[in-house]
Amino acid sequence: MTTPATTQVGGPLDQGPPAEPRIGSRNRTGDKIFSGTATAAGITILVTLAGIAAFLLYEGFPALVAPAEDVPGGEGFWPYVQPLLFGTVLAAVIALVIAAPLSIGIALFISHYAPRRVAAPLGYLVDLLAAVPSVVYGLWGIFFLAPQLVPVFRWLEQTLGFLPFFAGPTSATGRTMLTAGIVLAVMILPIMSGVNREVFLQTPRLQEEAALALGATRSEMIRMTVLPFARSGMVSGAMLGLGRALGETLAVALVLSPAAVISFNLIGSTNSSTIAANIALNFPESSGLAVNTLIATGLVLFTLTFVVNFIARAVVARRKDFSGANA
Amino acid sequence: MTTTTTPTALTSSEVGLNQGRLPRWSTPATIVAVVVLGALATLVLDAPVPLVVGLGVLALLVTLPALAWVVEGRRRANDRMWTVLVTLAFALALLPLLSLVITVTQNGLARFDWDFLTTDMRGVLGEGGGALHAIVGTLIITGLATVISVPIGIMTAVYLVEYGRGRLARAITLLVDVMTGIPSIVAGLFAFALFAIFFGPSVRFGIGGAVALSVLMIPVVVRSVEEMLKLVPNELREASYALGVSQWRTIVRVVLPTAAAGIATGVTLAIARVIGETAPLLIITGSTNILNTDPTDGRMSSLPIFTYYSYTIPGVPPEFGVERAWAAALTLFLIVMLLNLVARVVSRIFGSPTSR
Repeated sequence: MTTPATTQVGGPLDQGPPAEPRIGSRNRTGDKIFSGTATAAGITILVTLAGIAAFLLYEGFPALVAPAEDVPGGEGFWPYVQPLLFGTVLAAVIALVIAAPLSIGIALFISHYAPRRVAAPLGYLVDLLAAVPSVVYGLWGIFFLAPQLVPVFRWLEQTLGFLPFFAGPTSATGRTMLTAGIVLAVMILPIMSGVNREVFLQTPRLQEEAALALGATRSEMIRMTVLPFARSGMVSGAMLGLGRALGETLAVALVLSPAAVISFNLIGSTNSSTIAANIALNFPESSGLAVNTLIATGLVLFTLTFVVNFIARAVVARRKDFSGANA
Repeated sequence: MTTTTTPTALTSSEVGLNQGRLPRWSTPATIVAVVVLGALATLVLDAPVPLVVGLGVLALLVTLPALAWVVEGRRRANDRMWTVLVTLAFALALLPLLSLVITVTQNGLARFDWDFLTTDMRGVLGEGGGALHAIVGTLIITGLATVISVPIGIMTAVYLVEYGRGRLARAITLLVDVMTGIPSIVAGLFAFALFAIFFGPSVRFGIGGAVALSVLMIPVVVRSVEEMLKLVPNELREASYALGVSQWRTIVRVVLPTAAAGIATGVTLAIARVIGETAPLLIITGSTNILNTDPTDGRMSSLPIFTYYSYTIPGVPPEFGVERAWAAALTLFLIVMLLNLVARVVSRIFGSPTSR
């Protein structure tokens, strides 16, 4: 945190000779206007967030109170949103399970394994993954990844078919929950490995050197100093990735072939849709109460991601205050 | 911790620091051996490529630690296994990037021509047509979003770094972070819900898209500008105050110019981040086949939307629509990469404020 040396700028001028009071007062007015504008900009953020919740609630409310048979699906709002909520969480959890170990490996490679000189460019390279538009990911997933994965799914069905996740029958197109999860995992890798890299690099140098001086190998040093130190950072990185995965829309909308079911089968051809994908697929053709219903599901999604992100950021903020990492 | 039983007959040259360690060339030699064997297997035995790659990875994972176990002991073997694992994780992350670039370029080049960049889709049913309307729409919507987001973002960052104290500043910091995680589709729904109140439920226009993108862009701008302002040395501020300059003039004349390059980089990256957003525009700007340059009136196409609809509703026969989808994806990809490159060049040339 930078702290300006004096907060009472312009003070000395006020006490100066009365010949120049105009300059002092003009400066003070300028200061007031400027700091007022800055504060107003900051408050805009709060207003926007409150506005999002308020407007979604306002437009979504009719769906919440409407008679059950008027809501799409004909069973009311909660039965409508349940399979979607399930699909959203399932896809995000698959993505998280795949991305969490990988992102730790990537971050460790850049922070502790790669030669110093190439570490930063390699970091950019991973960050580039974050810049690819989601619709491009969707096209890639459906054209390239899904067909490649079909034989893998077949194999999973044959060898691990006794598990409900891989019960089959395998989708012939490869457009399954697992494919969506893998695409999501690729999409959240950059943010997760970015956070992990940052906390790994904050490990106190002296602790690392002490471990090495005691004869630890590099992997032992990492397990003894870096990972324990970075634990809460890794948790919050994972939460941020989870938040991203929960809200990702187009990639899922393109890759999944959705149905209104709750199914743990990850490789079959009937999959639960996700809230975001469902909105993207149905919104353009909807009217009347269907629009309100979709907005209400958006409110559910907003609440979910808000809570996840809020917890993640609160963990990071607490860590900054107490860990002494920045001391 | 290495070998405990020392052989008796050792010449002096063999006893040294490297005793009980694998020679330095062992790692590259193992990798070369595995790659050569894999290539042989593919060429001679005609083995499927994914299988060979998988087996090769497994071979690396086993051979190096096994060698190390024999010569160096269990702990070093463990260490080598982790090195291989971590490196593999990184290589695995580069695979999708590589495959994305190859897939998009290969499929996109078929229709990425002058015609594609200079015509719209008016009256096009099968072959031909272009993305001019989408490119113009993307530029207008993103430009408007930038005009809205940059002043708010910079002023919020100024507030947080230069003025913010106490609970309000802490709340804003936390909520800016939370705002970075808002799903893009929710931003679109927000813009829709906001404008539907005034213009009715069939509202679709460019400014709405700009508002939705701003919701996504402002927190990114705030974050990066904040980081840059924190890097401005306090001595500069204090020197300015010591000359009797008021705080706001110090910020406008000293702090912001010092951080200008960093701010430009951050804004460029923020633009790159939102220019590819599809979901919010799907909700609030809709899609159209003709060039519309008026963001206050009517539907407006954009590159991501054009990509999406060209693929999902390709028309008859479908292959031309799909070709256009890939060409649009390639255009979008090139724009995003170009923006990233510009950002890196700006920060490389002008440097961060600390280097001055």
